[in-house]
Amino acid sequence: MDYAFDFALVVETFPILMRGFVVTLELWLPSLAIGLAGGLVLALARLSHSRVLRGGSLVYIELFRDTPVLIQLIWFYYAFPILIGVQLSPFTAALLALALNTSAYGAEIFRGGIQSIARGQWEGAKALGMRHADVLRRIVLPQVFKLMLPAFTNRAVEVAKMSSLASVLSVHELMYQGRLLSSTYYRPFEILTTVAVVYFVLIYPATFLSMTLERRMAGKG
Amino acid sequence: MPDTTRPPILQVSGLHKWFGTLHVLQGIDFSVAAGERVAIIGGSGSGKSTFLRCLNFMEMPTAGRIALDGTPLGRASAGKPDEVRYPESELCRVRERVGMVFQQFNLFPHMTVLENAMEGLVTVKRMKKAEARERALRELDKVGLGGKTDVYPGRLSGGQQQRVAIARALAMEPEILLFDEPTSSLDPELVGEVLRVIRQLAEEGRTMLLVTHELGFAYHFATKVIFLADGVFHEVGTPDEVLKHPKQERTRAFLERFTEFSF
Repeated sequence: MDYAFDFALVVETFPILMRGFVVTLELWLPSLAIGLAGGLVLALARLSHSRVLRGGSLVYIELFRDTPVLIQLIWFYYAFPILIGVQLSPFTAALLALALNTSAYGAEIFRGGIQSIARGQWEGAKALGMRHADVLRRIVLPQVFKLMLPAFTNRAVEVAKMSSLASVLSVHELMYQGRLLSSTYYRPFEILTTVAVVYFVLIYPATFLSMTLERRMAGKG
Repeated sequence: MPDTTRPPILQVSGLHKWFGTLHVLQGIDFSVAAGERVAIIGGSGSGKSTFLRCLNFMEMPTAGRIALDGTPLGRASAGKPDEVRYPESELCRVRERVGMVFQQFNLFPHMTVLENAMEGLVTVKRMKKAEARERALRELDKVGLGGKTDVYPGRLSGGQQQRVAIARALAMEPEILLFDEPTSSLDPELVGEVLRVIRQLAEEGRTMLLVTHELGFAYHFATKVIFLADGVFHEVGTPDEVLKHPKQERTRAFLERFTEFSF
């Protein structure tokens, strides 16, 4: 290979990539938190006695699961403002799309988890006089969190990767900075390889943490 | 001895239960005096578990009324006495007074033995943790598991798990304790330890209803035995009457199948 890897360029442009990295974090963590919280609410709606809640949440979930994330991001930036009459910043639109998308997938994870808890657990708790909400809070959901931890960490990894799509809306996250720098310096190999490495360094600890947590919880149970 | 001076602690009138088109309980009238120990026997599918589960509303009666300490449970609409509504808050209060021990134990796997025993006290009775711990420990000691407080249920044998389940139910100090085939899921060598605990409870004068296949145990434990068949009480009487000298042919036929028990 005749190519000379320009390390100096990487060192010089690293601070800019890091600024992008921070924005990636600002997209990733809040949308994950909001998404999982929203997912729990949606899952309870999916499982409720009310046909309206069940139907409404189903429509919502299917919309987000059956359309490409990129379309959702673009829609929230270009189409949604027309509905509400307010222009969203690219960052806000991206955060909104990612959070709502995560909540749809999160809902299915929670729902599957709740339904997999044996009926005997509900009966054992109700027989003590516990109300439905308390059974969920004390008995069912704690077991669901443990059971669904692998699914949740998978979701976290997916959202981190999805955040790179926000670059299409010109959100100044890591991918955007990478493309900007590689076209400015005409050195895509160095820049984009570094970007890939940074994503890996960001995401791998999440995978590792989930494996450790899983092992620890398996030991306790 | 059963207390027949007070009104019955539990009274069932006209109890019917349908599962779809299956008429499982076909009109049961029954009352239990405080301190009575009732054993309910019958073949598979006879409805004995369904009957027991109606008493703490794990199953909702399709028709009929249940009264606890003289007070009918549920709210009947003025014009329609057959449509009884059971608000969740009322059911919760009933279940504090009528405890249940399940065939499958139903312990909470993410909590220790002590936490399991305390759970009802902390979450339902809203007791302070220290007081709940004390009461739970007392019951766990009673069933012989005071030394296993920090163990998780998954590490215990079936007999030990069932004893924790009994302690958990006892901690709530229920007026009536229901046992739904408590030993049917246990390996034979573990059945004895659970029956011993139940016999211990008998000496405390607690009102208990026990659905069981352990006829020998039922003979020694119960003050009244009920043979359930075809969704009704086919025969009711003392253990001697029902188990040793049954009047009904159907009862006799059922008992004949249990050749290996002796009392």
